[in-house]
Amino acid sequence: MQITVTVNGTGYTREVEARLLLIHFLRDELRLTGSHWGCDTSNCGACVVWLDGTPVKSCTVLAAMADGRQVRTVEGLARDTRLDPVQRGFAECHGLQCGFCTPGMMMTARWLLDHNPAPTAEEVREVLSGQLCRCTGYENIVRSVLWAAEHEGDQ
Amino acid sequence: MTSAYGRLPRKEDARFVRGLGTFTDDVALPGMLHGAILRSPLAHARIISVDTTAAEAHPKVRVVITGAMLEQRQLAWMPTLSRDVQAVLATDKVRFQGQEVAFVVAEDPYAARDALELIDVEYEPLPVVADATRALDPDAPVIRDDLAGQRDNHIFDWSAGDQAATDAAFAAADVIVRQDMLYPRSHPAPLETCGTVADLDPVSGKLTVWCTSQAPHAHRTMYALLAGLPEHKIRIISPDIGGGFGNKVPIYPGYLCAVVGSMLTGKPVKWMEDRSENLMSTAFARDYHMHGEIAATRDGRILGLRAQVLADHGAFNGSAQPTKFPAGFFHIFTGSYDLRAAHCTVTGVYTNKAPGGVAYSCSFRIAEGVYLVERMVDLLAAELDLDPAELRMQNLLRPEQFPYTGPTGWEYDSGDYPRALRLALDMAGYDKLRAEQAEKRAQGEHMGIGLSFFTEGVGAGPRKHMDILGLSMNDGADLRVHPTGTAVLGISCQTQGQGHETTFAQLVAEELGLSPADVEVVHGDTDRTPFGLGTYGSRSTPVSGAAAVVAARKVRERARIVAAAMLEAAPEDLEWADGRWQVRGDPEQGRTIPEIAMAAHSGLDLPAGVDGHLDAGTVYNPPNLTYPYGAYICVIDLDPGTGEVRVRRFVAVDDCGVRINPMIVEGQLHGGLADGVGMALMQAITYDTDGNCLGGSFMDYLLPTSVECPSWELGETVTPCPHHPVGAKGVGESATVGSPAAVVNAVMDALRPFGVRHADMPLTPANVWSAMQGRPVRTDLSDS
Repeated sequence: MQITVTVNGTGYTREVEARLLLIHFLRDELRLTGSHWGCDTSNCGACVVWLDGTPVKSCTVLAAMADGRQVRTVEGLARDTRLDPVQRGFAECHGLQCGFCTPGMMMTARWLLDHNPAPTAEEVREVLSGQLCRCTGYENIVRSVLWAAEHEGDQ
Repeated sequence: MTSAYGRLPRKEDARFVRGLGTFTDDVALPGMLHGAILRSPLAHARIISVDTTAAEAHPKVRVVITGAMLEQRQLAWMPTLSRDVQAVLATDKVRFQGQEVAFVVAEDPYAARDALELIDVEYEPLPVVADATRALDPDAPVIRDDLAGQRDNHIFDWSAGDQAATDAAFAAADVIVRQDMLYPRSHPAPLETCGTVADLDPVSGKLTVWCTSQAPHAHRTMYALLAGLPEHKIRIISPDIGGGFGNKVPIYPGYLCAVVGSMLTGKPVKWMEDRSENLMSTAFARDYHMHGEIAATRDGRILGLRAQVLADHGAFNGSAQPTKFPAGFFHIFTGSYDLRAAHCTVTGVYTNKAPGGVAYSCSFRIAEGVYLVERMVDLLAAELDLDPAELRMQNLLRPEQFPYTGPTGWEYDSGDYPRALRLALDMAGYDKLRAEQAEKRAQGEHMGIGLSFFTEGVGAGPRKHMDILGLSMNDGADLRVHPTGTAVLGISCQTQGQGHETTFAQLVAEELGLSPADVEVVHGDTDRTPFGLGTYGSRSTPVSGAAAVVAARKVRERARIVAAAMLEAAPEDLEWADGRWQVRGDPEQGRTIPEIAMAAHSGLDLPAGVDGHLDAGTVYNPPNLTYPYGAYICVIDLDPGTGEVRVRRFVAVDDCGVRINPMIVEGQLHGGLADGVGMALMQAITYDTDGNCLGGSFMDYLLPTSVECPSWELGETVTPCPHHPVGAKGVGESATVGSPAAVVNAVMDALRPFGVRHADMPLTPANVWSAMQGRPVRTDLSDS
């Protein structure tokens, strides 16, 4: 089947199998490999991207379901060459080690800050609780998101 | 000159925060094909037939590889890291659920999966040994009938310590406390699963393997020995690795199948396992059935310790540890205490479960040893009605006892244990916590306070004692200094998130008076880096880091000779100060490494001892392991209505010697503490009596999330390692090794009013509830 998906502002039209998962569409068809696949069961969140502005686990979304819709991935976080405060926060606060969960974590964090510009540490933990990190014990991820909230307006 | 050490943000992060890391699954080569593995649904069965006709007829399938095909090429079996063999693809029998039976190579990964459904395998089911405690029963089916002379499921017996002295210590004791405990089977579950892209160039004969490997050089040598390929025609590239924790040390059947697939098709072949394959078939950890005995005087002086262990190694002995140590370093199980005598025995057995054994940040089984002794000390405290902190303080090794040779032969290098414990107690506000607990108990509320004190021996290791498959556990470093004074360091260890690109640059920069920004670290490519055994067992900084420093110091000494020529002074009249060589007593006369490097490459008449550049390399053979330690305190709240445990606080004081980048050290500690909470409260790979794996997805194998983890409270003391060039000790596994006992001790502390003495991990609400009702908790077999 033919689908047209807008990813990070660019429209892509592709012929795909109906069963193709969105994560594989992004990674294998569009070669946007920043989003990762980690579990198949919607537990780990390494594959989180935005679909029409809402974070989804793209391992359990069919590419066909994204037809005619807007997807935003980690590759679309920075504006031109300017990193998003969330990206800067993760680097600033050692919010990542192996870097595998990081794109998904950042996409959820960006969504949180868009809806709650000054979250508490508990609110950050709650919103990230559907995602797994095996390296950081979450402490510095929480700090990274709080750092980003504080530096949202920085130029 | 400011130090290059410190909280330097990581060089790696620039690519990762942009989504521009390159993980193995991100590698895409022209014409690349995709592999998928057909796995056994049964834990133990004879293979009657494998019919691949329909799969081969699939329009997108290029080749289907079976055990029979591999047998013709003498590739059906491969050596494990414990000198056993493991089936690449099963030929005679399957021996665990999820074992590899056939490998499909197809044009896309979905088609490869489809074709698996078209393979028809006929099995004759055999009786299953899923319970290690039954593996040595006389009527137990023999799992490894492929091994000549193997008539039972016994792998090895091993012991350490002085049995007679231990018996004497026990005979002199007022109190002896005994306890059986299981350290359940766990899985490292890195977020990136294992996988590879194998590309055999049919023209040059060169095999390039992109792989999720923690030990690319060791893998290269093993491929050469295994497949008969000349080693210089093999290049292993470990690109960015999405966590390892020990899971990515062994060679897995899928890697070899991808290589064979590339040989047969002439195309690159990618194989990435899915999460269930990762959890069900790759290196597990722990699975130690332990019996502990501790002997003491009535006033709390610990005299002796005994342990008998039944070690479940699964269907193939694929445990990864130094050759001389079949139970790893478990025998450091006397921990941090001044004991008279200790003795342990370990018996390894085969079961119809996935192979592995040493994986998951255990520092070669020290995790199991620490858990045993820290539970025994708490049980002793309960028996003697002593405070567990006081009992520990009373028995900890004292600073003046270092270097200390323990009753099982370990030579602890340095430590001030009481200081670390006092700091942890202060940070936690221990006395206040006990007062709060007493108040709460009076009101029928249940909180628990648990301690653990651990010592590890990490940084394997001295070549006299430690090798894997005959390869000494040493690591190389090559340091090149460019004419303009920037440097490239090639290292043999392999980051999986530890930040080597940053830390190792700091190590070299500190030695040469450079900025870490001017030192590029190359790793993960066997064609571009020196030989070494890789990253696991917390060995990067102790071994490879030491190699980097030694190489940098060699460069510095070469630079001294050139600088002397530049300054028209004798080399012995120069001193290294403020990051440059200068004339002793005349600090105005000095040269920096960039100045010297340019001179070394110039027309300067070079003195003897240098030959046109400053480059240097080395191989580091550590004189001893390094011995990091720590004092941990966990505070939990128990809901007596549900059995749910909530970790309220976790205080961790670690001493890992000199910290090169404290930010990175703390990050690794955070991650290890989360592992400890996970293992103590939720993680376990269990099997039913038919050998069905019950932890085969993240729906069943529960890992801690941000809401199960508290905000970690870290403290540090610094006792430099006396034999490491910069005084550093390994730290990557400290928290994973040390923390589970603190959590379990906290839960048992909370359960004391219920008369509970011990319950095994994972302390899920159901298991805690069972313990509260006085029912036995068994986590090894779910339906028995």
